[in-house]
Amino acid sequence: MLPGILGRKIGMTHIFNDAGKMVPVTVVEAGPVYVTQLKNQEKDGYTAIQVGYGDAPERKLTFPKFGHLKKAGLTKNLRTLREFRVAKTDGVELGQEFDVSLFAEGEDVTVTGVSKGRGFAGGVKRYHFKGQHMTHGFMTHRRPLSNGATGPQRVFKGKRGPGRMGTDTVTQKGLKIVKIDAERNLLLIDGSVPGPNGAAVTVNKVNK
Amino acid sequence: MSKQAILESVVAANIKTDVPEIWPGDTVKVHVKVREGNKERIQLFEGTCIAVKHGGIAKTITLRKITSGVGVERTFPIHSPNVARFEVTRRGKVRRAKLYYLRGKVGKEARIKERR
Repeated sequence: MLPGILGRKIGMTHIFNDAGKMVPVTVVEAGPVYVTQLKNQEKDGYTAIQVGYGDAPERKLTFPKFGHLKKAGLTKNLRTLREFRVAKTDGVELGQEFDVSLFAEGEDVTVTGVSKGRGFAGGVKRYHFKGQHMTHGFMTHRRPLSNGATGPQRVFKGKRGPGRMGTDTVTQKGLKIVKIDAERNLLLIDGSVPGPNGAAVTVNKVNK
Repeated sequence: MSKQAILESVVAANIKTDVPEIWPGDTVKVHVKVREGNKERIQLFEGTCIAVKHGGIAKTITLRKITSGVGVERTFPIHSPNVARFEVTRRGKVRRAKLYYLRGKVGKEARIKERR
């Protein structure tokens, strides 16, 4: 069995649960995914299931990818390929299809995605530096100020400061599936998941 | 199907179509479903609408009334399944969207003109 599924973040909305409470949910279009490769200990050094998801235009299908997909008996140009590390691949065949029926309503999941890019961000946004006062004569407001003591006469490696923020691979834990729409391959997940709308995400089972 | 269309279709089943138009200043009677054990009954809450917030499925109204000298405010999601019915009993004529100034006023000062 596949320990997770690939999907696309659609966006956030609200739904009402059985008690009539409003729940904020993220809608994820998940699957169907197709098994594209089975990795084994002898040849690859580890055991994993590689699956593909999504539609890409045929003109963007490269020849190497065409060959790779052909081995699995697939003709569709799958946009994203991801691997799931597993203990053994028994019962999973090349080209096999998986969809949201892997999951049950109320199941705990984690979601992995690439967070929104923030560009070159300052210390206040990036590391929650306090910054300075907005008034009372302060002439700087969001600068990092001291980089350390004068004793070592240098700045320690890894000192936090302004720089590129976001576009990190983030796994959001403690999420729960509220509702499943099997007909349209939709998962409604309680809470927020990493990344912008439309981005590829991986929904993982917690107890594999 | 666009992303926005998918989001709209997800909540479409919850969206009520029989809700009257409610504006700030209106006096609204809300039929609230109250569950006691496994019995369900209707409780009424009538108050002046002092705020309408959000849109779509998340739309809420805030009602204010004075109960035995104490100001009471309740916020109802318009599309909540816990509300059986909304009823507008009086249309008010006001000049702003949020009537938070009513919080500091009682009696004659807290009056709202009727819209005709």
